[in-house]
Amino acid sequence: MHSLKMPIWLTAFVAAVYAFLHIPLLVLVVFSFNESKYGVSWTGFTTHWYERLWERQDIIDGLKASVVVGVSSTVISTLLGTLMALAIARHEFRGRRLMEAFLYIPIVTPEIVVGISLLILFVLVNFPLGLMSVVIAHVAFNISFVVVVVLARLQGMDRNLEEAAMILGADELTTFWRITVPLLWPGILSGAMLAFTMSFDDYVITSFVTGTGASTLPIVVYTMVRKNIEPSINAISTIILVITSLLIFAADRLGRDKPLVKSEE
Amino acid sequence: MNPFALRQAALRWFHRHKETQAWALLAPGFGWLGVFFLAPLLIMFGYSFMPRGEYGGVEAGFTLEHYARFADPLYIKILWRTLLDSTVCTLICLVTGYPVAYVVARATKWRNFLMFLVILPFWTSFLVRTFAMIFLLRDTGLVNTLLINLGVIQEPIIMLYTPFAVMLGLVYGFVPFMVLPIYASLEKLDLSLLEAAEVLGARPAERFFRITLPLSMPGVVAGCLLVFIPALGSFLTSDLLGGAKEILIGNLVQNQFTTARNWPFGSAASFIVMALVLLAVMIYLRARDRGNELGAQ
Repeated sequence: MHSLKMPIWLTAFVAAVYAFLHIPLLVLVVFSFNESKYGVSWTGFTTHWYERLWERQDIIDGLKASVVVGVSSTVISTLLGTLMALAIARHEFRGRRLMEAFLYIPIVTPEIVVGISLLILFVLVNFPLGLMSVVIAHVAFNISFVVVVVLARLQGMDRNLEEAAMILGADELTTFWRITVPLLWPGILSGAMLAFTMSFDDYVITSFVTGTGASTLPIVVYTMVRKNIEPSINAISTIILVITSLLIFAADRLGRDKPLVKSEE
Repeated sequence: MNPFALRQAALRWFHRHKETQAWALLAPGFGWLGVFFLAPLLIMFGYSFMPRGEYGGVEAGFTLEHYARFADPLYIKILWRTLLDSTVCTLICLVTGYPVAYVVARATKWRNFLMFLVILPFWTSFLVRTFAMIFLLRDTGLVNTLLINLGVIQEPIIMLYTPFAVMLGLVYGFVPFMVLPIYASLEKLDLSLLEAAEVLGARPAERFFRITLPLSMPGVVAGCLLVFIPALGSFLTSDLLGGAKEILIGNLVQNQFTTARNWPFGSAASFIVMALVLLAVMIYLRARDRGNELGAQ
């Protein structure tokens, strides 16, 4: 349509914003393969900086800690979040609106406030700071995000299928496991992947509630950024980028997934 | 009791206790949030009224001194700078993010891919992205090296550890938060309205300012909130890109809990951040309701 044609200056401006969003990370990735240790002149291709990563025990340990924290906090928050979303979407109870509003508070609360207040709690009750405290914190900030994602899927779901199952004689439990769960599964997976990504990337909250033996990858990377600038940081950053991009791509595909059963039209 | 009878009994119980069932589903998650999110906030609020302990922590008692310290010009300046930075960052994100949302919402081909490119940085590690900025901006960074090699400048321009670097880092970090909600409201916009306006002789600028922009206001308001809030609480950006010169309230809070060891004062500062966030949310909700009322008319 003629009226929807974009003026050149607008397209150029938007292209510039895209460049601003993506060129810094592309540069980072490209220079993780640069031979030169100092400066940014290109001297040749190498995978040396990636090999160096495997020699650093702190990075290996950080990666392990991040995976342990990421997986456990994802499993717990996905389970708790999905149950909450089911209650909100499928049940009438007093204070439902209030509960929905309450769930948005953790999302808008600045990370630093979440981290500090949890640190105060842990110190007050003498809870040891370590992997466990980090997992607890990650679950606390992930639950709300899982609820939002799963709730969106639940509200977009065709309830007729469930009603049809009931009319055909299935009881609530059968209907839940055979109809609701399979239909909801992409939403649950997509919520889980976002939860894992947030846990895997979190620096701010983790930095307050972490203790000995619980330095996750972002904590190690922060120390590297602070201390010295060497190409190993580019390499580890590239690895983190690749992992999160894959997860986000998968979550995005799942989120858009069509319902498993198509209604005939 | 055989499994079938047990199952029937469970179902009968559920039918009789619909509300109990809802709370059984809610309890684990709500309990977790109550103990590890809400309770800590309340304890922190309590701490902000207690005298400072000698080695971190607090002592029993009640005092308003920590809030009173915010009358000190030093802290007023920090608060003011935080509010100013967050506002400027929000405006820059609006000016850069709106056109992106507009173009992507109108794109026919590649729309999902273009949107994916906006979502990707939204979720990638903030730490890594901030490091990417350092890599570009430092004296021996890519920008300076390129400019020197091209002969544009002789000496590197000092960009890192300046207010400019902090603002660039904030905008870089938060632009996607602006694009997403604006895109969502532009995508829903009924194109026949624009056609009607065109038929009736409205010029492109007129069509934009009198139809597109007003109808996308819910997205604009939501986007501003989504940028303003994290900007208000940010401390990583100013910490890594601003050096020690750009102290925002987030850095102040962090200092009190690490080096300064004044927990109650840190709690008070933290609560001021929280109060500002809630204020922003309330302004947002009022603006949204007003918008809905106008839309209904």
